[in-house]
Amino acid sequence: MAYGETPSQTVGPYFAYGLTAGQYGYDFSDIVNPTVAGPDADGEHIRITGTVFDGEGNRVNDAMIEIWQADANGVYSENPVDVADSGFRGLGRCGTGTDADNRFWFETIKPGVVEDAKTPFVNVIVFMRGMLVHAFTRFYFDDEAALNAKDDVLQSVPADRRDTLIAKRIQTPTGIEYRIDIHMQGNAETVFFDV
Amino acid sequence: MSVFKPRDWGSHAPLIAPGYKSTLLRGPSRAPLAIKSGLTEGTGPRFAPASVRELDFDLTKNGITNGEPLGERIVVHGRVLDTDGRPQPDIVVEVWQANAAGRYVHKVDQHDAPLDPNFRGSGRCMTDANGNYMFYTIKPGAYPWGNHFNAWRPNHIHLSVFGPGFATRLVTQMYFPGDPLLDLDPIFLETKDAAARERLIAKFSIKKTEEGFALGYQFDIVLRGRNGTPMEN
Ligand SMILES: [Fe+2]
Repeated sequence: MAYGETPSQTVGPYFAYGLTAGQYGYDFSDIVNPTVAGPDADGEHIRITGTVFDGEGNRVNDAMIEIWQADANGVYSENPVDVADSGFRGLGRCGTGTDADNRFWFETIKPGVVEDAKTPFVNVIVFMRGMLVHAFTRFYFDDEAALNAKDDVLQSVPADRRDTLIAKRIQTPTGIEYRIDIHMQGNAETVFFDV
Repeated sequence: MSVFKPRDWGSHAPLIAPGYKSTLLRGPSRAPLAIKSGLTEGTGPRFAPASVRELDFDLTKNGITNGEPLGERIVVHGRVLDTDGRPQPDIVVEVWQANAAGRYVHKVDQHDAPLDPNFRGSGRCMTDANGNYMFYTIKPGAYPWGNHFNAWRPNHIHLSVFGPGFATRLVTQMYFPGDPLLDLDPIFLETKDAAARERLIAKFSIKKTEEGFALGYQFDIVLRGRNGTPMEN
């Protein structure tokens, strides 16, 4: 190995005017925002929402969540991410500091099954003040129980912790929503991955 | 085999790092589960050159309302490369920082130091075909924080890069050489490996210094390399 990795450092509490300016109302452009798939994207349009909890069960109001997912056909986009794109973008970013309940949310479509998996899922990264290294996790879908049972990664997770990765489908007046919370610690601690 | 080499955890701080108190309730308490999933982790977002606008790379100009920002003008040059030394082209580098007085534009920052009406402190740039990036800014000031009595963050610039894959994502901080606060800063010191910590400190460069205009610094960002046979493209 010719070079050593640059160490990760915390995103800190003051990222919003640099990384999530539009969401937080700062005068700077965005390269990514909570819309992963615009209205013209193929697939079932869904919203993914959740709350991040710290080790004492308090809502975290300064986390930043990023998701990266395949399109409805199970293909990761190779097109540049463009916040003006009304179709599928693949990448989303949301801070937890603007929603009244400190939720994150993503407007997206349900992904298809990618070639090296058996069930649909979304890749997730959690950043916040108090994390020196970001954490990777995944969101799976509770209405895909049969496929979930065949997925190598999900099945490699101890059975009693698998539920921490599975979002719950809810019909709301504004469409289909999947809800999943992220617990940094405790009995319901989310499973994080070393990818 | 995974697309990327495993993360070298020895180059990073522990998830729960007692010197940095917020990690006690916010860092995962269990070790992350190793997974290998080639396709997924090898993919990642790309960005078009147009996502970096004309003044995004110049923080001394992109927040002006009525004049020049105060403080010491600097230019930061660097390369984004992987652990095998391969340059990473077309990578977006996002930048944010405090102003010369140590105050962030962020609404939550209540530090008793003045905002600068001509400095926002955020921007971005993109690496060229050889992995090189550069941006202009003002040297950020130190600021106090609540971690412990008389805790002050060393001067630093926050940087965020999407590497070639989602797995190579990195958010880090660039520090300045000779800063006496480095030896007292738990965020810096919780990376236990001294050689790894050195990689967080930019090098002053008289070559990159622009005559009569801006002091030059060099800061390279090294991401995990790829597994297996090197492939072109
Ligand atoms: Fe900072």
